[in-house]
Amino acid sequence: MEEKIAIRVDDLTVAYNYKPVLWDIDLTIPEGVLMAIVGPNGAGKSTLIKSILGIIDPIAGSVSIYDKPYVKQRKLVAYVPQKGSVDWDFPTTALDVVMMGTYGKLGWIKRPGQKEKKAALEALEKVGMLPFKNRQISQLSGGQQQRVFLARALVQNAAIYFMDEPFQGVDATTEIAIINILKELRKAGKTVVVVHHDLQTVPEYFDWVTFLNVKKIATGPVKDIFNDDNLTKTYGINYKVAVNQ
Amino acid sequence: MSAPQIEIQLIAAIVAIACAIPGVFLVLRKMALISDAISHSILPGIVIGFFLTEDLNSPLLILLAAITGVITVILVEAIQKTGLVKEDTAIGLVFPALFSIGVILIAKNANDVHLDVDAVLLGELAFAPFDRLLIAGIDVGPKSLWVMSLILSITIGLLIAFFKELKVSTFDAGLSSALGFSPVVLHYGLMSVSSVTVVGAFDAVGAVLVVALMIAPAATAYLLTSDLKKMLMLSIIFGVSSAIIGYWMAHLLDASISGSMTTVLGVVFLVVYLFAPNKGLIAVMYRQKQQRTEVSLLTFLLHLNNHTEESERHINHLQEHINWQRVRSKTVLDLAQKNNMITIVNSIVTLTPKGKEFTDLALEYIVTNKDEKIEHMKDDFFLFRG
Repeated sequence: MEEKIAIRVDDLTVAYNYKPVLWDIDLTIPEGVLMAIVGPNGAGKSTLIKSILGIIDPIAGSVSIYDKPYVKQRKLVAYVPQKGSVDWDFPTTALDVVMMGTYGKLGWIKRPGQKEKKAALEALEKVGMLPFKNRQISQLSGGQQQRVFLARALVQNAAIYFMDEPFQGVDATTEIAIINILKELRKAGKTVVVVHHDLQTVPEYFDWVTFLNVKKIATGPVKDIFNDDNLTKTYGINYKVAVNQ
Repeated sequence: MSAPQIEIQLIAAIVAIACAIPGVFLVLRKMALISDAISHSILPGIVIGFFLTEDLNSPLLILLAAITGVITVILVEAIQKTGLVKEDTAIGLVFPALFSIGVILIAKNANDVHLDVDAVLLGELAFAPFDRLLIAGIDVGPKSLWVMSLILSITIGLLIAFFKELKVSTFDAGLSSALGFSPVVLHYGLMSVSSVTVVGAFDAVGAVLVVALMIAPAATAYLLTSDLKKMLMLSIIFGVSSAIIGYWMAHLLDASISGSMTTVLGVVFLVVYLFAPNKGLIAVMYRQKQQRTEVSLLTFLLHLNNHTEESERHINHLQEHINWQRVRSKTVLDLAQKNNMITIVNSIVTLTPKGKEFTDLALEYIVTNKDEKIEHMKDDFFLFRG
């Protein structure tokens, strides 16, 4: 059976103020993998996700999701930004944040109704946050906030999930809960792309990995390419320090 | 009340609502200063519009001035994007430049134009009823009442239509963009509405009060609610009531209407800031004091848990070994007894099963940071509310 390509990135170059942060990235991500993007700080990991999702305009190159441009495939894609990228003092509840995941399919102007609410409640249940549905989001712990973000992505019921550092600042229980849900998604044939920091857990959590440091260093199955050679190329000679963090 | 008095209050109330709505989003987007910039930099637009139309309420003037407002935002962002200065500096560079162009234009044409800087800054609500709208020769009311009503209707219409889009793009611009709700389009939509509102309102209340009417009600409401819709409702209520109370205060003191309204807005904010149930200053101070006591309680319970020997559990021991003042010791003992966590027999303190359970759960929470099991304790103890 031929492998389907979920995401294809061709010659992608992104620059901030004329300084390239991603340089000539070629990447093909097959359907149904749980992939980590690893690399040092400033390697452009978040930028790569954001430019795939059209949040940042690249200066060169193209991206396709199942062979079509992202703008035509929005409904197939769910996105979990970094937890720190939003203001958690915003006046809203956990349920309301999860409901935002349904907005994409609704499109402009149309409002969410009972169907969307039911889906949001189910997603909260899945991440174990149903008891907190009416809590103001600033009153949630860091791990709970991350679960709410995950629920918001689940409610999008997408084929591809992008997550920017979902394990940042969460407790061990939440980390396990999240990775279990991600593994379930993979089992259901979804493609999951995660910006990840903790190199030690890569072999345990993921089956696919991309090494990134402004340029793409390597991409492929964890068992084939997660080795000292690629780690050194990505992190420089100090990669062992990164592992010990 | 005379007819002009009713008209003035009606205009004030409508201006207050029209300002409060975009104000909520500006405050949540941390862009309060932008409204200040817009309110000043629309001046050249108003002056040029006034040269062309000779009518402060003409739609062309409002459009021209609103465009100046949007240009302000574009310029601020362009300067900020160079990376040489931060946003506040960019705002500080742009609006005085545009405002001063307006001031020069007025001064150069002072003889021909019935428009002065004082009126622009402070407005003159008292004169608003004099400028009537005549349709086929029939007086249908003050012009600014009609203009502001139209602006308000458009604002409410847009708010209802795009509430969900505004909410998601304000909370999470990244997600909004990924979902296809362009944050740039929404941003400039909000900026356009804000600019139009400022232009429409400035004639009545002036460039300074417009800012107060946009920011103060939203900031006040923010202290009281954690629901966006309620925040909008509360902002409108605060805006309208401050405007009306301000009007009567001005009437009573024979003072400037816009000045009185701004003062009331400030006082209302101050009162809410002090007394708001959760975010208010007094509530926060009370909570911190309670948390200190609760930390002491937990320390004491842990001590009891660790020591079975009677000498370590004597009441006086609290003062001698744990080194607490008498008042603090008593507060802690009272709190523990009130919650049935300890019993005191012959001055020897013993942990009850409830106290033991509490200690174990609290300890587990502090070590693991998992708060599932202590959910029921959150209501009684501030310590566990994150």
